Amino acid sequence: MIEVDVARRVGSFDLRVGFANSEGITALFGRSGSGKSLTLSLVAGLARPDHGRVTLDGVPLVDTETRTFVPKHRRRIGVVFQDSLLFPHLSVRHNLLFGRWFAPPQDRTIRFDQVVETLGVGHLLTRRPGLLSGGEKQRIAIGRALLSCPKLLLFDEPLASLDLERKLEILPLIEHVRDEFRVPIVYVSHAMEEVVRLASTVVRLEAGKVEAIGPPGEIFGSLAAATAENRFDRSSVLTMKVRGKNDAYGLTELVHPAGTVWLAGPAGIVGGTVRIIVKATDVVLSVDPPHHLSVRSSLSGTIDAVQENGPLATISMILDGDGHLFAMTTRHARDELDLVLGKRVYALIKTTALDERQVASVSTR
Amino acid sequence: MIELSSQEWTAILLSLRVSLVGTIVSLPLGILVAYALARWSFPGKTLLNGLVHLPLVMPPVVTGFLLLILFGRKGLLGAPLAEIGIVFSFSWTGAALACGVMGFPLMVRAMRLSFEAIDRRLELAAGTLGANRSWSFLTVSLPLALPGIVVGWILAFAKALGEFGATITFVSNIPGETQTISAAIYTYTQIPGGDAGAFRLTFVAVVIALAALVVSELIQKHAEQRLKYVQ
Repeated sequence: MIEVDVARRVGSFDLRVGFANSEGITALFGRSGSGKSLTLSLVAGLARPDHGRVTLDGVPLVDTETRTFVPKHRRRIGVVFQDSLLFPHLSVRHNLLFGRWFAPPQDRTIRFDQVVETLGVGHLLTRRPGLLSGGEKQRIAIGRALLSCPKLLLFDEPLASLDLERKLEILPLIEHVRDEFRVPIVYVSHAMEEVVRLASTVVRLEAGKVEAIGPPGEIFGSLAAATAENRFDRSSVLTMKVRGKNDAYGLTELVHPAGTVWLAGPAGIVGGTVRIIVKATDVVLSVDPPHHLSVRSSLSGTIDAVQENGPLATISMILDGDGHLFAMTTRHARDELDLVLGKRVYALIKTTALDERQVASVSTR
Repeated sequence: MIELSSQEWTAILLSLRVSLVGTIVSLPLGILVAYALARWSFPGKTLLNGLVHLPLVMPPVVTGFLLLILFGRKGLLGAPLAEIGIVFSFSWTGAALACGVMGFPLMVRAMRLSFEAIDRRLELAAGTLGANRSWSFLTVSLPLALPGIVVGWILAFAKALGEFGATITFVSNIPGETQTISAAIYTYTQIPGGDAGAFRLTFVAVVIALAALVVSELIQKHAEQRLKYVQ
């Protein structure tokens, strides 16, 4: 259990952040400069707060009132850095074992073989980090942090410098680490897809302050909370049930009280819950129930907000049952279809627009 | 092959002994000072940096004279050291001290650059993995700086071999005790018909100096090669 309540001033930037995490992944989410990485440094002991306290499993790591400061090497907090920071002079095996050597023997509960197998790095053990690809380096960095048998893991934008394919490779590994080793994780990211897929709690930071704390669906669920800077970044998070798989066509059927969404490819397990991210630019609105269209996924609901932005309009609808969905239209279309508050509409979603990263199985625990 | 007299052999072996001892004893201090200058900020850092570089910019004779004042038999430090049996004046240990002091700036410069080239955050990473400052230094910084440390040591060793001014001022020119290659060559040039002996020792000095430079070059190449994979 990590509890954070800290304040720190750097130049004209004022950070004041409080949150707690006991299990699973808590994401610190916000655009660059919002203070996520500084918060992480304060937790890891790489920086000192001006005021406040951080406690881990009830033990204070830093407390400005009692003048407590536990140095980083005694905090038992593993950090995975964005650029992995592997030791270039050591083999992969020795990089992995570096932190384990410093862990007290009775705390060495995480097995080397198990980590190597989970991360799929057995064939790299004798190599030097300099010759590894970005994705391989990040796997080793995760393994190295994990093998120090930490009480808490911190991820600082671990996927930010990887290409999309590598991201899709590493994401499920982080899920494995979360579910298999049961170490609580604080995950810093500005990528909504990662946060929605991994986190059970999102702490949304804005200019050094906590704007909102809650589950991803809630945090990304209202128009006011949308942090998108341009229209392509505005998205909604939908939580849906997996009803079945259509093997003949290779589709997965997701259901929601508001309707059905078909996904290309497999997702989750039948009967389980998944979250999907739908970009507002991939949603088409219809005032009549759709017929004779190539788009098979549709959800019904009622318009609850409209936000204008130049020639465009963002329509927010409350879905029948639960949840919000955003659709981007032109102002012209909104006027011609008379899309006003309280109107019933059908949202059509292009399933081919959803990639793997935007679909997450939610652990049911 | 050139025939060397026994006195010449004595001078060569003494030169090697004096240079080796002087630079090996000063090595740990050199590493510490280089690391402190590269990584820490502390009051008096500029002063320390200046002090380290003094032997490089002062005339060697001045350095030798200062050593004489400090470490002579009646010197500020020499007198108390003599009481516990450590004597520098007119002894090969004094020559080694002069060599260590004269080579120190070159040693520290090379090592400092090499420490500065290491990504500071690697030490932070080692810290988050449970290594305290000393362990981070021993397991991360020191091995990564090793090529620079070796190069720094070789430079200091080469400088020590050629050292003349400070040595002769501090501990004179006593055959078998403080007469190094350079001092022996100087002696040859002062006596009629000594040119042949001076040539023989000059040849040996050139060979040793070249060998030191080649080894240092090879180590640097090797380190560069390794850094390529690091980036």
